[in-house]
Amino acid sequence: MSGALQSSRAPLLTTYALLVYAFLYFPIVVLVVYSFNGSGVGGFPPSGWTFDWYRQLFADASLWDAVLNSFIVAAVAVAISLGLGLPAALALDRAQFPGKALFRRLVLLPLILPGIITGLSLLMLFVGVGMKLSLVTVTLGHGTALISVATTEIFAGLQKMDRAQEEASLDLGANHWKTFWRITFPNLKVSLIAAALLIFTLSLDEIAVTFFLIGRDNTLPLEIWSRLRRGITPEINAISTLILLFSISTILIWYRLRTRTQHAGESPAEAAMLPSSLEGEHS
Amino acid sequence: MYSRAYKSAVTIPPLLWVTVFLLIPYAILFCYSFWTVAPLQVIVHNWNLHNYAQLFRNSLYLTVLLRSIRIAGAVTLLALLLGYPLAYYLSFHAAKRKDLLYQLVIIPLWASYLVRGYAWKTILGSDGVLNGFLQYLHITHRPVEFFLYSPFAVILTLTHIYTPFTFLPIYASLEHVPRNLVEASHDLGASPFSTFVRVILPLSLPGILAGATFAFVLTLGDFLAPLLVGGPSGIMISNIVVSLFGAAYNWPLGAAISLCMLLLVVSLLFATERLEKRFTI
Repeated sequence: MSGALQSSRAPLLTTYALLVYAFLYFPIVVLVVYSFNGSGVGGFPPSGWTFDWYRQLFADASLWDAVLNSFIVAAVAVAISLGLGLPAALALDRAQFPGKALFRRLVLLPLILPGIITGLSLLMLFVGVGMKLSLVTVTLGHGTALISVATTEIFAGLQKMDRAQEEASLDLGANHWKTFWRITFPNLKVSLIAAALLIFTLSLDEIAVTFFLIGRDNTLPLEIWSRLRRGITPEINAISTLILLFSISTILIWYRLRTRTQHAGESPAEAAMLPSSLEGEHS
Repeated sequence: MYSRAYKSAVTIPPLLWVTVFLLIPYAILFCYSFWTVAPLQVIVHNWNLHNYAQLFRNSLYLTVLLRSIRIAGAVTLLALLLGYPLAYYLSFHAAKRKDLLYQLVIIPLWASYLVRGYAWKTILGSDGVLNGFLQYLHITHRPVEFFLYSPFAVILTLTHIYTPFTFLPIYASLEHVPRNLVEASHDLGASPFSTFVRVILPLSLPGILAGATFAFVLTLGDFLAPLLVGGPSGIMISNIVVSLFGAAYNWPLGAAISLCMLLLVVSLLFATERLEKRFTI
């Protein structure tokens, strides 16, 4: 039946959809093109094609320090958010406890809450306990905010898992620990890798929470942010192009992994909004 | 089937973490909003409603809040106008290219916020790409200043950033529309238009609500786009909070504004959740 529907042509709608894609990709294309522009970030037509901005970029030590900081923060944030998101997803899927609904909402809140509120509240906490702002506070912030992403991703994986294998393992005398490592964990491996990739990318790009928790050392987005105030050169286009390349490749791998285990169209962003999506089917 | 020990082992660590790093910070935010700043920038812990009173007395806050709501409303509307037809096209007309086209939407969804904001800055600036293009075509002869540093620039940038967010839940809800209902409607003689209005649109309402809430809430709390492309006339409520936490150094007042935002967001989420449940079959 869908064949009949889908073959019906809708030239107007098709054109409109193409225009929306054009709108979505236009700034990205401009950005990339001007990273090769010899005569500055604006102006038309771009002229004097050059790799100078990339050359300048590779010689820019403080930028690479920021890149390194961002990678360290992102790696630890992945560890924190998976380390807590995995038990959180298991708890939401399998345990009943008082305040479960509140717990679910609290975990997911940072997904939809503007970053400024998460950032500010954490700032108050850290200042309150006398912690100096540094990459440590930034990492704790990212880790905490991204537990939401880890939980939704892993929860989706759990929902697709065949429960019978775990039951069999337990019935055959394996304890919970053994069952977890032999059955649950291997089954969730793809979900965990996918979640890690997405969290890594999101942490690398995070700016709203970081803005409030940053100390002396900058992450990459904050380094770019501070340069934007000092006037812009296509060097920023060049680093942006590299960031885009990096995020696009990780996002595509994430998507591939994800569609291997579950059907598409159920991303964390959506899980946070659709109330049904995080209420366990088996309880 | 899971033992008590297992359930505690998976429940307690995340529960503790979330309590320390989310619940307690929100509670601190709540407390701060009732405190005041004494001279010499000392925060005094005497409980009062002074901050909230100031929010209503000082017209600056109300003006900026209303502007933020207007901008958020405009972004939501535009994101729906762009996102819905796109989602509809993908769900009903994309056939084999569906998967590829879907990936093309999620790439900008998860790709860097800062990079996309910066791209618009280079496009809209007074010696930016757009002005260069217009002068190249001799449509204008000197740079048009109002592209950048205006509410318009904020709306354009944020629409660009949040359209994929809006698309996602709409697409999911369209994918869940039972295709046999659509076919039944056709078979019973309804025109494509009336099938859309009477079958598909009502069934996709939960997605529309979710997408709209997303765009609205995230725009309302945004402070980066106004700094990047907004200029003084594009200042939004979160920028006031940022300055209260920075140079202006009035954390209690900043906390009071943030708390109002938090309450607004949470009640909006609660309301849409209720509505969604009502519309979901």
